[in-house]
Amino acid sequence: MKGTEEENLLSEVTEKNYEYGFTTEIESDTIAPGLDESVIRTISKKKNEPDWLLEWRLEAFAAWTKMEEPEWAHVAYEKPDLQSISFYSAPKQKKELASLDEVDPELLKTMDKLGISVEEQKKLSGVAVDFVMDSVSVATSFKETLGELGVIFCSLGEAIQEHPELVRKYIGTVVPQRDNYYAALNSAVFTDGSFCYIPKGVRCPMELSTYFRINQAGTGQFERTLIVADEGSYVSYLEGCTAPQRDENQLHAAVVEIISHDEAEVKYSTVQNWYPGDKDGKGGVFNFVTKRGICHRSAKISWTQVETGSAVTWKYPSCILKGDDSIGEFFSVAVTNNKQQADTGTKMIHLGRRTRSTIISKGISSGESQNSYRGLVQIHPGAENARNFSVCDSLLMTDRCGAHTFPYIEAKTPTAQIEHEATTSKIGEDQIFYCQQRGIEEEEAIGLIVKGYAKDVLNKLPMEFAVEAQKLLTISLEGSVG
Amino acid sequence: MLKIKNLHAKVGDNEILNGLNLEVKPGELHAIMGPNGSGKSTLAAVLAGREAYEVTDGMVELDGTDLLDLEASDRAREGVFLAFQYPIEIPGVSNLNFMKAAVNAKRAHQGQPPIKAKDFLAKVKECSSLVELDGKLRDRSVNEGFSGGEKKRNEIFQMAILEPKLCVLDETDSGLDIDALRVVSKGVNAMRSKDRAFIVITHYQRLLDHIIPDFVHVLSNGRIVKSGGKELALELEDKGYDWIKEEQNA
Repeated sequence: MKGTEEENLLSEVTEKNYEYGFTTEIESDTIAPGLDESVIRTISKKKNEPDWLLEWRLEAFAAWTKMEEPEWAHVAYEKPDLQSISFYSAPKQKKELASLDEVDPELLKTMDKLGISVEEQKKLSGVAVDFVMDSVSVATSFKETLGELGVIFCSLGEAIQEHPELVRKYIGTVVPQRDNYYAALNSAVFTDGSFCYIPKGVRCPMELSTYFRINQAGTGQFERTLIVADEGSYVSYLEGCTAPQRDENQLHAAVVEIISHDEAEVKYSTVQNWYPGDKDGKGGVFNFVTKRGICHRSAKISWTQVETGSAVTWKYPSCILKGDDSIGEFFSVAVTNNKQQADTGTKMIHLGRRTRSTIISKGISSGESQNSYRGLVQIHPGAENARNFSVCDSLLMTDRCGAHTFPYIEAKTPTAQIEHEATTSKIGEDQIFYCQQRGIEEEEAIGLIVKGYAKDVLNKLPMEFAVEAQKLLTISLEGSVG
Repeated sequence: MLKIKNLHAKVGDNEILNGLNLEVKPGELHAIMGPNGSGKSTLAAVLAGREAYEVTDGMVELDGTDLLDLEASDRAREGVFLAFQYPIEIPGVSNLNFMKAAVNAKRAHQGQPPIKAKDFLAKVKECSSLVELDGKLRDRSVNEGFSGGEKKRNEIFQMAILEPKLCVLDETDSGLDIDALRVVSKGVNAMRSKDRAFIVITHYQRLLDHIIPDFVHVLSNGRIVKSGGKELALELEDKGYDWIKEEQNA
């Protein structure tokens, strides 16, 4: 990292507040709180959806009404009152947007504050950005460049209008409507999200990026992302999340589905910084997310996540290794501070022969937070010579926090090779003193030590994200040793 | 440069330093010797500002600044360097990034901008050749997987980079073979200058064959009980510490 970046980092460390905690004054089109069939019909109608999708939503809703909110995760929270949430909130737009110039200036300002000025990104970094605020996607840049290669990158809503056959073919194939309580809810009420299709043999020349932001009070965000990488293609996809500071809990229940066809590769990187609540645990986002990908023959999916936000996180980006010789990877840094709770990990389902998976999970707990790794490595009878390697490390910053590891391993073939390593350590006073003796202040010393600890994962992130992630790590651990 | 007066310190309920007095002038190198448990490493820790050590009485001044009033990191920025007896490993943090953070912390303290990459690398090159630290060790994580000798060389490397006013070497010779001892000593000697002072804590005379002290002090029960020139070290090597204890009791 360059000196100047470290400087910036240091100055940002002194800002003690959640820095994305602003709201944007944009008139929103929000429907009344509550959930019943008519709400779903309203959403579907507002979005001008085809009948099959309405049916699909209603099936999900019917399944959901018979489901119970899961309680097996190592988290405790007051269950959100779904009847008090508005399930649709769209920034009001009068007409279709032809270019960025037509985007509401307030919205552009929001993007600026987030440091993701679309204009700048266009020029400097070649990242195409899809920006989802509350539930609706507002701007996608670089569409033309991508269009020439046949890459489709747009909001899911747009894809439903423009490419219904693709959406219909793939939606719900990796995360079925009735997969779990929150996935079912999402299937019933999702309002937008991102869609990405990479045609056969195309290597997507730029990183595709979506920023999610919950803005409107009392709304939930239920976005749905669908990524299809056709045979032999490659894409790197980035997802960033922020939310304003609010006293009440906000619900985020997303679904991400990835289909990686034969010999395709998808890298999915997340920096999650939803508002974590204040130091007493008031407010914050409930982040209940289902992320799953399927790998066909010789395909690969890598999940990399840096999780620093949310009051409660419940998230297990997973890979179904269906095709022979396919590869699944999961690299995670999860930081919890104050009263945050995170229960996160992955599932690697080995079905094909010679399938391989790698899991590197680095938990960092501070304050009175609870941080759990929960992982499943499942090797099915046909998965001959499958291999898994897992490392689950936990770093404790205080005596009041908790780190928990729940690794589940099911091997049903004798030729499987599974390795699992786990460590738990307390941040060393010796290490901090050693840094201090070299002139490095305690806060910065902790930042250095933690970044070093998480390096194996941070290195997997694309450059722009790595810098942001390092900042977030430092900021979210301020004043945390004790 | 350094004035220590009537220093008393304890760890938990154990009184370890009992009225220690020492004055070190710029350019001087003071060796502190003494039997196990006499308080040598405690003196190093107290000077560096380790929290577990509680100063109950006395004063320590560095160029007129009350050192005991400063946080450990501020003492370092004021020019106090401690070469650790057991250097600490910091996995995932490269030696060079670590040093750059330290250099820039000190520069910020002095109101200077961060060091330019080119200048930093030139400094690194110069200092690493001083202690024959090869490129691989420089780029690796701080002390991780280093041998005992490599760790000690790394301490001297860091000392050279940071250019402290006062260098405190805590048993830097422990665990070193003859070759490493020579390399480390060479590094220390190269850094001796009229503006810089050294306190070298050691058990053994052999280090002082390589690093010639101006003064030798014997520490016993938390205070300096005998001081002399470099000959005192030879006398101690020859006779052990018992005769000093007897002298004391007499």
